[in-house]
Amino acid sequence: MGSNKDIELLKDGERLDGRSYDELRDINIEAGVLKRADGSAYLEWGKNKIMAAVYGPREMHPRHAQETTKAVVRARYNMAAFSVPDRKRPGPDRRSIEISKLVSEALEKVVFTERYPRSVIDVFIEVLQASAGTRCGGLTAASVALADAGIPMSDLVASCASGKIEGQVVLDLGKNEDNYGQADVPVGYIPRTDEICLLQMDGNLTVEEYEEAMELSIDACKDIYEIQREALRQRYSTELDEDEIEKIKKGVK
Amino acid sequence: MKEILSNITKDYLHRLLKEGKRIDGRDMLEYRDIKIEPDWASSAEGSARVKLGETDVIVGIKMDVGEPFPDTPNQGVLTTSAELIPMASPEYESGPPGEDATELARVVDRGIRESGAVDTTKLCIEEGEKVWVIFIDIHVLDFDGNLFDAAGIGAMTALLDGTVPASDFEEAEKEEDFPLPIEHVVVPTTFTKIKDQIILDSVLEEEKIADARLTVTFNEEDEIVAMQKGLRGVFEYEDTLECIQKSKEIGAEMRERILDKVDRENI
Repeated sequence: MGSNKDIELLKDGERLDGRSYDELRDINIEAGVLKRADGSAYLEWGKNKIMAAVYGPREMHPRHAQETTKAVVRARYNMAAFSVPDRKRPGPDRRSIEISKLVSEALEKVVFTERYPRSVIDVFIEVLQASAGTRCGGLTAASVALADAGIPMSDLVASCASGKIEGQVVLDLGKNEDNYGQADVPVGYIPRTDEICLLQMDGNLTVEEYEEAMELSIDACKDIYEIQREALRQRYSTELDEDEIEKIKKGVK
Repeated sequence: MKEILSNITKDYLHRLLKEGKRIDGRDMLEYRDIKIEPDWASSAEGSARVKLGETDVIVGIKMDVGEPFPDTPNQGVLTTSAELIPMASPEYESGPPGEDATELARVVDRGIRESGAVDTTKLCIEEGEKVWVIFIDIHVLDFDGNLFDAAGIGAMTALLDGTVPASDFEEAEKEEDFPLPIEHVVVPTTFTKIKDQIILDSVLEEEKIADARLTVTFNEEDEIVAMQKGLRGVFEYEDTLECIQKSKEIGAEMRERILDKVDRENI
């Protein structure tokens, strides 16, 4: 959270980009966009552009990292050098190492890892354009990519952040709100079981504000979940022309 | 190398917890004995050794004059690092910090940074040119669980113990040393979920069977300043509320104990 208090984030109670306090930025997800990867998803979330790809299950290297009874979900979050205003030095830094760890842990909960002992399921998240909320976007895209790869899963993980700007709890912080706001709470949510698989927070929040933020995020995650499912439906439903529909109808008779 | 906990120990721990008991006889939400020793290393500008049960951590603070970040030209710089050295556990290896060390350092860092615990504007020497750079280094000597709290408490204590060595630096343009400007005393509390049971301050064996972990950091104004969920398990929303409530109470007690140990006024 930035300390620069000079930047106005709310004008007459309205957010700079015109959203209401409980409104998400536009989210679009497309599943199965890469050829070589076993599964993939491309996500646009506001100005964020994020690609996720899944390889595996495949043999785990190095071998000492193998788990004898289950697969390891290994996510790697990476930002492109050109994804931020000041060029980011390529390669892992402390922030991306931490995010990779948290995303790996969040995803592993929904994957039936016990089906693939000694193997690894690699999840690569590339942030190509960043505009606040990339870990949530990455996690959201990654779970669609896992499903696209045909990995058996108990559910998708949907993810979203809420935060506080000028004393007001709001959903899905935008770039300036993230930089100059007072708190940020990213959440990863498993809708079917109503469980939280990722949770971080920084800034200043009272307990009541935390409750407000979580309510906003969980509701939003349910909406994001629908967008994820729709992306998968789009990818895997087949369009039939009328002749084909007729044929099927006749076949049914 | 990964240590493996025998199934018989695992079962024993699970059975105990089911009966509402812990391996060392503590209550579910009880800390181990904690020993906080400020000013442990005189070579450091501030330091503390924290023994939380058998977990043993030293946090040292060094300072230097350096350049500010371009986006905060009038603020000092704060960096936190953690080393999990091979001395502390057969699982640790030498080499650059791995993901566990990185997460530890970042969680401690976040609590201190985001809370504004250190007033970094008072660490500016010449706007845009020269500021004080604070290095917080976490050195783990013996690992018996719950590094997050031991390190977090150690870092806060070391900061409270910290003196800015202005007289040693010509660039500081100041003759006298002065205490590090501390605005808030933040305290992390870490909970571990094992099956349906939530416990505080887990020992190593408990950490080995832990499903999920939640660290909540509070300031003295009863505001949450940082949180971090870790491990592969999940929390229900109500669980998180319970942890937050407890963290507020337990953190307040721990804050008193820290302030008791350090000789400081005006906080």
